[in-house]
Amino acid sequence: MIPAEYYIFLGTGLFAIGVVGVLTRRNVLIILMSIELILNAVNINLMAFSQYFKSVDGQVFAIFVITDAAAEAAVGLGLIIALFRNKETVNADEIDLLKW
Amino acid sequence: MVELITFITLSVVTLVSAILVITRRNAVHSAIWLIVTLFTVGGIFLLQHAEFLFAVQIILYVGGIMVLFLFVVMLVDIDVALKQARFARQWLVALATSILLLAIVGYALYNHGQGLNLPARPMTSAPVQNTQAVGMALYQNYMLPVEIASVLLLVAMVGAVIMAKRKLQ
Repeated sequence: MIPAEYYIFLGTGLFAIGVVGVLTRRNVLIILMSIELILNAVNINLMAFSQYFKSVDGQVFAIFVITDAAAEAAVGLGLIIALFRNKETVNADEIDLLKW
Repeated sequence: MVELITFITLSVVTLVSAILVITRRNAVHSAIWLIVTLFTVGGIFLLQHAEFLFAVQIILYVGGIMVLFLFVVMLVDIDVALKQARFARQWLVALATSILLLAIVGYALYNHGQGLNLPARPMTSAPVQNTQAVGMALYQNYMLPVEIASVLLLVAMVGAVIMAKRKLQ
């Protein structure tokens, strides 16, 4: 059996890559994809502890995380379509209506 | 040994394709690399004996969410995004912050070579039939959260439809 630490290191790496994507990219679609990466890193961690403690509770929580990811993708992509219709851009730097 | 080799292969493919997701210029390429990442994360779930989550990952993430993503990528104008700069001005600060985050979490996990100091594993054997165990947990212990999640999905669906509608009456 692979130690739980290995999975957690993998989850940390995936989380850091997702954070870099959210902070550096300008395309809103790729920012949303980076959020999916972060949620997958969380799922790997939950699954590692679920396997270590021989309990299915972690897997149930991972299902809720996936549900959240689906809801977030639906709302986020709806927002992007509404934004593109009004401002003709998917660039995060140009979305500054609330800035003054 | 075979398990470890499988784990290392899957991890390397996951991390490399995740880096490719956030560095490609074309959003369609990013989406396709994200599909590769999700597939390998599904493989890691299989390695962790979570067969039900593996199926959910493939059907829901790769089959559902990623198709939605590709649709939207093709709906919005990608030609303009191709000509613009990929990274924001603060990319160096962001990269340094993330590497610092990774270093701090890695140091905390390493913990002077002691690892996580997890409590001892319970002696009970893991449930053999994973899907059955997850189903029992979902519909017995976690019944109220399942209902709340269904309400959340309903709200998200209504919100997405209203947001994407052309004009509100």
